[in-house]
Amino acid sequence: MADVNRGNRPLSPHLSIYRPQLTSVSSILTRITGNALLVSALLVVWWFLAAATSPEYFAIADGILTSFLGKLVMLLSLWGLWYHSLAGVRHLIWDAGHGLKLETATKLGWAVIVGSFVLTILTVLVIA
Amino acid sequence: MRHLTDRKRAVGLGSAKSGTAHFWAMKVSAVALLILIPLFVFTFGPMLGEEHDEVIAYFGRPFPAIVAALTIAVTFKHFKDGAQVMIEDYVHGLAQKIAIIVMICISYAAAATGLFAIARIAL
Repeated sequence: MADVNRGNRPLSPHLSIYRPQLTSVSSILTRITGNALLVSALLVVWWFLAAATSPEYFAIADGILTSFLGKLVMLLSLWGLWYHSLAGVRHLIWDAGHGLKLETATKLGWAVIVGSFVLTILTVLVIA
Repeated sequence: MRHLTDRKRAVGLGSAKSGTAHFWAMKVSAVALLILIPLFVFTFGPMLGEEHDEVIAYFGRPFPAIVAALTIAVTFKHFKDGAQVMIEDYVHGLAQKIAIIVMICISYAAAATGLFAIARIAL
């Protein structure tokens, strides 16, 4: 019968079995940064809404976004944005069928990590 | 040695015509954002912390306004599609349906709010 021993079969190795590797960590970071960016996306929309409403409302929103905590969130978001963008480029490369060898994939992972910090610093230098 | 032809493996699995729609939508919005995000970062960034009248004047100009509007629209579309995949991976059953609906509603609401704000500033 097809349903004999259903639910009591050996499971194939899953996430908890494997040692974290650069490829797996850089992959899950892509998901984390992408979804966490919702926070700053909503903050930016709120900032625009405040600007469209009145100078007083804008002062409140702009004050919160440029407070110490606000600046910290925006800085982390900037890094997350560049990380997610570079990781996205890596996925576009992979989807086109290139860079799938382990060595190349690891190199691309380092490029994403290093590149995200470099771009963040450059952006802060240009904007600030 | 394969005893099953590719065609036989595919028979009965449904139409392939829309199977890649979600994947393709993510590709399109990803490439669009690769252009939009740098433009938005370097137009919105310098305006953060500026005086209100200066911000209004700046986003009253066509280029910054169009970049901001496009970035908001495409970002929330890309977020909607990406967050759906995450929810599908971690949440199941009725909770999954509810989570996806709430998340999509938030995405549309945020996009509409942002577009309204930019229209009001620019027009």
